[in-house]
Amino acid sequence: MSPISIFVTSVLAQNIILTKFLGICPFIGASNKEKNAFHMGLSVMLVITLSSIITYVIYHFVLVPTNTTYLRTTMFVLVIASMVQLMELFLKKYLPGIHKTMGLYLPLIATNCAVLGVTLLNINNDFNFLQMLAFSVGSSLGYLLIIYIFATIRERLETSDISKSFDGIPIALLTAAIMSLVFVRYL
Amino acid sequence: MKIILNGIFKENPMFVLVLGLCPALAITTKFESAYLMGLCLLIILMFSNVVIAIIKRIVPDAVRIPVYILIISTFVTIIEIILKTYIPALSDILGIYLPLITVNCIVLGRAMAVASKESIKTSLLDAIGIGLGYTFALMIIAFFREALGAGTITFMDATSSLTGYKAIYELPTTNILPISILTNPAGAYIALAFFVALFSKFKGGKKHESH
Repeated sequence: MSPISIFVTSVLAQNIILTKFLGICPFIGASNKEKNAFHMGLSVMLVITLSSIITYVIYHFVLVPTNTTYLRTTMFVLVIASMVQLMELFLKKYLPGIHKTMGLYLPLIATNCAVLGVTLLNINNDFNFLQMLAFSVGSSLGYLLIIYIFATIRERLETSDISKSFDGIPIALLTAAIMSLVFVRYL
Repeated sequence: MKIILNGIFKENPMFVLVLGLCPALAITTKFESAYLMGLCLLIILMFSNVVIAIIKRIVPDAVRIPVYILIISTFVTIIEIILKTYIPALSDILGIYLPLITVNCIVLGRAMAVASKESIKTSLLDAIGIGLGYTFALMIIAFFREALGAGTITFMDATSSLTGYKAIYELPTTNILPISILTNPAGAYIALAFFVALFSKFKGGKKHESH
């Protein structure tokens, strides 16, 4: 597959939230405010893209030659966690303005399964470097898009009248179901 | 016993705490993969909770989370290797959702909330309770999704290389069944939404009785 078609499918038709259920804990739990969701999505995008590149390089130039590919889960988790930490330090020192808006979400992202999920999918799908880049940027852009749209819908949901047992998480899940139907062609 | 029951009903990780959704939605298309995923999580949670409860005094607070994640990912890797050697069909079905247990909110959450504070025995019992609660929740969702969505109930298929026989039941098709949307990702969200709503209704009713 060409990188461009990978990019387009990973943004829309194979969106990681709506079809692979990656990173839905913060998606359901935290995305109440439009602005917060946007910043959160942006930081996820940054972390996914950077950590995909690093883990890809480590996998193909360290783990494969030394025949220790079974260590990839541990390795990737370590890389992601330390990279998030480094990024936080870097932003704090050199870009305090961005750190103020994004800094809050960075520690949370270290344990976001979207990041580990995308890095593992890059390896499982046998992508070359360009395809990997297209897939990571595409998936994280899809994540940003969905989490933003979802937050705006939830702002409207808060003021509407919902049956008591469906209030909160169940109605959010139903909203996600409808979005999933809209975005991904099924029937 | 009380701690175990607490994990299954009152603090059911899926329906009440609503944690660890990623694998729950993705692999509940088949009954078999659901309970096997639950068992994998149960085993990993038990080992990691016990190990963390043992070493909790040695680990400084500043590096707590990285150390816990490392311990969890070690057990995940062990399970991954075992599955790949003995039940390769299952490891194909679970795919990336098995390594994703490493960053599952339930396992890390239990490590932070229980294993880093309580005794070894309490942590083990809590792990069993939460693990069983998670497994039951996965089984219920998968049962409905597969029975209504695909018209089958798979008890044993991928593991047949290990046990020697298959067990797949087929339900009769009528004009409304199967509802194929339930096996799609959208169906996963719908099914989970209804179960969470049902549980919160049920729990609310119970509270009134006890008052």
